[in-house]
Amino acid sequence: MIEEYQPPPLPPPFHHHHQHRTQSPATTTTTTTTTPPPPILLTQGAEAHLYKTHYLNATTHPAALKIRPSKPYRHPVLDRRLTRQRILQEARCLAKLVREGVAVPALYAVDWEGQTVVVDAATGEERYGGAWLLMEWVEGDVVRVVVQAWERAMLARFAADDRSPSSRRRQADGGSGSGPGSEVQMEVDGHGDHSDHGDNGHVERKREEERMKDLLRRIGAAVGRLHAAGVIHGDLTTSNLILRPASSKKEGEGEGEVDLEGEVVLIDFGLASQSVQDEDRAVDLYVLERAFGSTHPRTEAFFAEVLDGYRASYRGAASVLKRLEEVRLRGRKKSMLG
Amino acid sequence: MIAVGIEGSANKVGVGIIFHPEDGSTPQVLANVRHTYVTPPGEGFLPKDTARHHRAWVVKLVKQALQDARVSVKDVDCICYTKGPGMGAPLQSCAIAARMLSLLWGKELVGVNHCVGHIEMGRAITGATNPVVLYVSGGNTQVIAYSSQRYRIFGETLDIAVGNCLDRFARTLHISNDPAPGYNIEQLAKKGKRLVDLPYTVKGMDISMSGVLAAIDALAVQYGLNGEWDEKDDSADSAQGEADDGKPTRADLCFSLQETVYSMLVEITERAMAHVGSKEVLIVGGVGCNERLQEMMGIMARDRGGTVHATDERYCIDNGIMIAQAGLMAYKTGFRTPLKDATCTQRFRTDEVLVKWRD
Repeated sequence: MIEEYQPPPLPPPFHHHHQHRTQSPATTTTTTTTTPPPPILLTQGAEAHLYKTHYLNATTHPAALKIRPSKPYRHPVLDRRLTRQRILQEARCLAKLVREGVAVPALYAVDWEGQTVVVDAATGEERYGGAWLLMEWVEGDVVRVVVQAWERAMLARFAADDRSPSSRRRQADGGSGSGPGSEVQMEVDGHGDHSDHGDNGHVERKREEERMKDLLRRIGAAVGRLHAAGVIHGDLTTSNLILRPASSKKEGEGEGEVDLEGEVVLIDFGLASQSVQDEDRAVDLYVLERAFGSTHPRTEAFFAEVLDGYRASYRGAASVLKRLEEVRLRGRKKSMLG
Repeated sequence: MIAVGIEGSANKVGVGIIFHPEDGSTPQVLANVRHTYVTPPGEGFLPKDTARHHRAWVVKLVKQALQDARVSVKDVDCICYTKGPGMGAPLQSCAIAARMLSLLWGKELVGVNHCVGHIEMGRAITGATNPVVLYVSGGNTQVIAYSSQRYRIFGETLDIAVGNCLDRFARTLHISNDPAPGYNIEQLAKKGKRLVDLPYTVKGMDISMSGVLAAIDALAVQYGLNGEWDEKDDSADSAQGEADDGKPTRADLCFSLQETVYSMLVEITERAMAHVGSKEVLIVGGVGCNERLQEMMGIMARDRGGTVHATDERYCIDNGIMIAQAGLMAYKTGFRTPLKDATCTQRFRTDEVLVKWRD
């Protein structure tokens, strides 16, 4: 059973539908040609609805509209306080980050009160339209999608020799007779004198992994710039990072491989706050680490690259990473064994 | 198959007997008895006193349960007990009782995770198949969803549990612990009108409750509402003081505390629902009895086109039947707890259990 989801009515000046259809025939033609298309609902999160719309000009300035509808389950006083506090927090963080040159969507407009009364067309109920933010539209896929596509591509390309690296490692292990596995593998990679074992594929794989590691380092650097600007994201996941493709794509490249080039743009500052404390920064990284592990278990081993990118991005990163080690040990009712 | 369940991780000791028909039809509750250790107003329950209470009651309750269920010892297939998490001393007294019965009757033991017990009983009673679970009690606050044979914790409290926050505030106000402090706070909150500003701490899908408690305790002290008060003098609870200088009443504080912490709980539950794409919520645990929490959750779920499942105090509040239910499900997959491993532990996370009985 698929029920069509009916989003709540939009606060003015936004409309789900063309509003002037019932006007006299004389004006209809003019209004329908000038009325811009309605915003398109993209996602319904827990706190907000995200729409794609435009700013000033329908064709040249696509924009993201984030509406925080009032939450009828909450006490109205609390609801108003939270909605106002959060949307202002988000707007202030965005404005600050744009000023600091961090890659985030630019802020166009904001209504923090959200007390405009709108009528639900379906039920006739009156409710608050909700507070909203209008932001720059960022092109590109979220990193979650990019990483998943890359994981699939890797699986498809290297599924055949998926077992060979480990068997080769065992061979090499036996040969050298000492050293941890990773070292041995590096040795094998470095010499590359095992061409008869299908090392072509292995080199390819290595190159692909390097491309992913490079993306992860850029993610770390982006988070570092954010923290250096004095902002904590509060909800870092690979769904809240967009890979904005480089404007000019090199020809010939990208044949059958997932595009990992481009700028990492941070989005969704709904839980952001301003802080320069090591503790807050470390928790921010920990949230990303946990989210990455649960969303991309196959690529989790490369997460250290994110931290490497972070380390190099600003002074003070090192002490945050030290703090991160402490944060990792926390958590309620964790087993205290080992 | 028939299982006996023994629960005693906090201040309730409970024994339940469940029957799973061979044909796979709905499980039947044959017995579900419980006794609660109630402390005087202003006091919490200490582990050693609670353990003493459990030791004094557990045999009586087992006998009572067998009588209620009208089953004899030879009908019983296994003995399930709470392995953890919970308070050490009360857990130990129930683990000892379980081991004793196992040796006495020659039945196998099944150690059960308390949280998983709550979830499985909630699912069995409400028929919710794959809900996002909000588990709220005196010792635990977790948002859980099932994924590949584990109940995974998506969000949880970073410090104290919501029930602990309510219980401790009840102690500050010297509210009765009978039948439960949370229940009495709820009744008092119904008379409250004014919302006082309290910290609201949600971090992603996690929450923090200790700051809320510290703030409301401080308000109680500031307005002289803490400590003992005269039962008959309800001026402190009624709204007549509204005119004078906006001083909140005890009822206002209970009301504000409930509104604030339950909003936090509903918010993280909604975030988990959005995250996993689920439309069902199941509320379990002692705080799950709270009607205001159920109402708020209902409004949230309705706005998302979903539904809420909740149970009443027989199954919400710690009980033996949930341990029997979860234990028997594990038993049927071949799970056993050998006598030498039939210990208990205060730390036992929900996601440590391999949920073999689900796909």
